[in-house]
Amino acid sequence: MITYAMVIDTRTCIGCGDCVVACKNENGVPAGLNRDWVVEETRGEYPHLSTEFRSERCNHCSHATCVTNCPTGASHYWKDTNIVLVAAEKCTGCKACIAACPYDARLIMHPDGYIDKCTFCHHRVDQGLDPACVSSCPTHCMYFGVLDDADSLVSRLLRTRDYKALLVETGNKPNVYYLV
Amino acid sequence: MVEEVLVTARFNAKVDPSLTIWSWEIAVYLFLGGLTAGIMCFAAWSLLAGKEKQLPFAHDRFALWAPIVLSVGMTTLFLDLEHKLYVFRFYTGFQPASPMSWGAWILVLVYPLMVLQVLSTLRRGYPALADWIEKIAFGAGLLDSCERWRRPIAWWVIPLAVGLGIYTGVLLSALSARPFWNSGVLGPLFLVSGLSTASALAIIGAGKSSEKHFFARTDLTLIGVELMLIALFLINLGTGTEQQLAAVHMVMGGTYTVPFWVWFVLPGLLIPLVLEAFELRGIRGFAMIAPLLVLYGGFMLRYLTVELGQLSRWTEYGIQFDPQLLMRLTP
Repeated sequence: MITYAMVIDTRTCIGCGDCVVACKNENGVPAGLNRDWVVEETRGEYPHLSTEFRSERCNHCSHATCVTNCPTGASHYWKDTNIVLVAAEKCTGCKACIAACPYDARLIMHPDGYIDKCTFCHHRVDQGLDPACVSSCPTHCMYFGVLDDADSLVSRLLRTRDYKALLVETGNKPNVYYLV
Repeated sequence: MVEEVLVTARFNAKVDPSLTIWSWEIAVYLFLGGLTAGIMCFAAWSLLAGKEKQLPFAHDRFALWAPIVLSVGMTTLFLDLEHKLYVFRFYTGFQPASPMSWGAWILVLVYPLMVLQVLSTLRRGYPALADWIEKIAFGAGLLDSCERWRRPIAWWVIPLAVGLGIYTGVLLSALSARPFWNSGVLGPLFLVSGLSTASALAIIGAGKSSEKHFFARTDLTLIGVELMLIALFLINLGTGTEQQLAAVHMVMGGTYTVPFWVWFVLPGLLIPLVLEAFELRGIRGFAMIAPLLVLYGGFMLRYLTVELGQLSRWTEYGIQFDPQLLMRLTP
């Protein structure tokens, strides 16, 4: 399995939300629905506060509970990678995958009635391009690449910088990393 | 202090601010699925144990209720699907890791088996219906064969019905992303609740008072076991992870304490327990109230579990976006 990872530098992210707008444009996400979002996390007691911005989305987990819980195989890994997609023609809209996702990263795409989520812009990845959110980031704080390749930018960043991933304790093996 | 707020809009329907993907449709289905499992078990057991004389209702008439009850449940399950035309997709493959896929296939096995079980009891239980079936081509032959195979059918019914009852709980407990559901006790709890509601239904349906008494006694035991399983369930969550502690707090001091204890455990389990005990000691007057309360309790168990599971989560953002503000923008 090829593991694609997204690495986001929380130290250079300014929380502008361009990644969110880029995703909506690229993927035609209807008004009122979002495949990605930006979180502002504040820690400490005033005046000793620290703030972190995080652009969040589906973590394209290597052990994705949404895939294991899907009763029809509609939730699946794309082309032997960790990119989790939903095959609309197999989706009954039972919503088990929404309940199965600890990140609450899935949504119902009305009026089509099937389940939607971030695709890591696999249609762009197929052409060797970065996902829309990564390529539109004005501070260049987002990186995308193959984790199995030791020379890839994402591998080198994770080798040289401190990082975290979200809710690793769920055992889902998320593949969106945050440089801290 | 740690505070996480969304700085861009996220108000995905039925996901934010808390999950509301499954509502009464799923609760009704889980309740009726458990009830069906209980009906099938008692109907099969009364035959295998040779209780023809003592339990005539369970022996010959109870089985017919199972397909009726399950069909209502399947209808509400279907109503819940967002992509209804694609319902056939449950049957174009088998996903061994998905409890819902197991459930879909268990239902495929259970349905024909329960029809055979009904046919095997029809001549004795519902002669008028049997007459009508005999008028259809091969009807009489079908009834003959089912009656001849009545015992093997009953032997097959029990494991499949137990599977159906347990699966309704495992369906939720396998969703590890919802801390309130993530307990192995949920499967046995839903099975025992299904058996208990089925005995309550048998108390209502049975004609003979000795049969009513038998099911009241059975129900008394089952309610006792169910209370014990609920205690184990709460202990299981209460000794779990931080997320499970937060989940169990909802019913142990949190916002769902009153609905859980006052609207479910008290009227759905404790009061019928006392009323059925009175009934067995010869203090009459509650004959119908206790089983109706048990049925109500069975539904409330599913309803609250479905609700509380969706309220318990791993992520907790302060959501600043108010979708109602959008409305003001439109002229």
